Amino acid sequence: MSPPPFHTFLERHRDAVYRFLMFSVGPDAADDCLQETFTAALRAYPRLTDGSNLRAWALTIAHRKAIDAHRSRGRRPVPLPELPDRPAPPVTLPDPGLWDAVGKLPPKQRAAIVLRFVSDLPFRQVGSILDCSEAAARQNVREGLARLREEYVDDER
Amino acid sequence: MTNAELDDLEAALRRGADVDVEAPADTATRAAISAADREGLVDVAVGTVESPVGDLFVAVTARGLVRLAFDPEQLRLLDDLAARISPRVLEATSLVDPVRRELDEYFAGRRRRFDLEVDLSLTSGWGRRVLEATARIPAGQVATYGALAAQLRKPGAARAVGNAVATNPVAIVVPCHRVVPAGGGVGKYGGGPERKTFLLDLEHADTTP
Repeated sequence: MSPPPFHTFLERHRDAVYRFLMFSVGPDAADDCLQETFTAALRAYPRLTDGSNLRAWALTIAHRKAIDAHRSRGRRPVPLPELPDRPAPPVTLPDPGLWDAVGKLPPKQRAAIVLRFVSDLPFRQVGSILDCSEAAARQNVREGLARLREEYVDDER
Repeated sequence: MTNAELDDLEAALRRGADVDVEAPADTATRAAISAADREGLVDVAVGTVESPVGDLFVAVTARGLVRLAFDPEQLRLLDDLAARISPRVLEATSLVDPVRRELDEYFAGRRRRFDLEVDLSLTSGWGRRVLEATARIPAGQVATYGALAAQLRKPGAARAVGNAVATNPVAIVVPCHRVVPAGGGVGKYGGGPERKTFLLDLEHADTTP
């Protein structure tokens, strides 16, 4: 199955990719990450021959861009001052404390948690996006949940 | 961790799936399309132009206007462009806006000739030759199928001209509505004879062959 027009690809998967990014890097960085994901996908698109699982393909790219975003954030410990014309984050996450805790997880656990619960993907696909086995994907989710319970659920008490 | 706690935590995480992201995703995507457009990553820019003869689907490549259709079945048109030109088909404005401007002027009666470039890469051979000849018929005039055939040194090939004109991928701008039957009347038109009549009236064409 050859890939559909990029326009159609966007209509089908745009929201899923944005949602993954929003919960993975936060609403502030999601727009920039989306743009980078979009450009990378568009560059690669003409060479794509298999259009059978484009959502996983797009999320794989988004995952890499999310890792880059987290890395560059790690390199600057002091947050950059807000630009004056920067609009407020478009969406407020439900339960911000929880998503703060998710943001502090190691990259693979964070991505595994978001892909499993927010993107609602089976472990097999989580593994394929994270470039690991299904068992390793389960393990990452399990460890992520355990850490969240320590960091977040216990704090709530 | 007890199962109940785990269920609570999982349920809290799953609430992320219910957040409505459509508006911010749309805004971010539009910004990304503009950036890609500036970088020249859009191979086929598509858009809709409103007109007195209904919404027009337009598609533009770096070489010019490649498709102008009345067909409301956008999906089929997009698939066709992706298969025949490039899958990098996007709703981008920089290439579509000049086309929109000229069409607006044409329908307002302020333009008789289109200056925009036409990309005939969806045509070939005889079809392209017929359409190139069609493109030379000025506004206000008509040519018969037979006259075009004679002009292309194929006298008697009126029917073959008709078939070629019927495949015109760039309606209005390549003015196949100016090709009419020798027997009188406006004849057939891909967008329906009413549209053909409207366009010829707009151009004050004398349709008596």
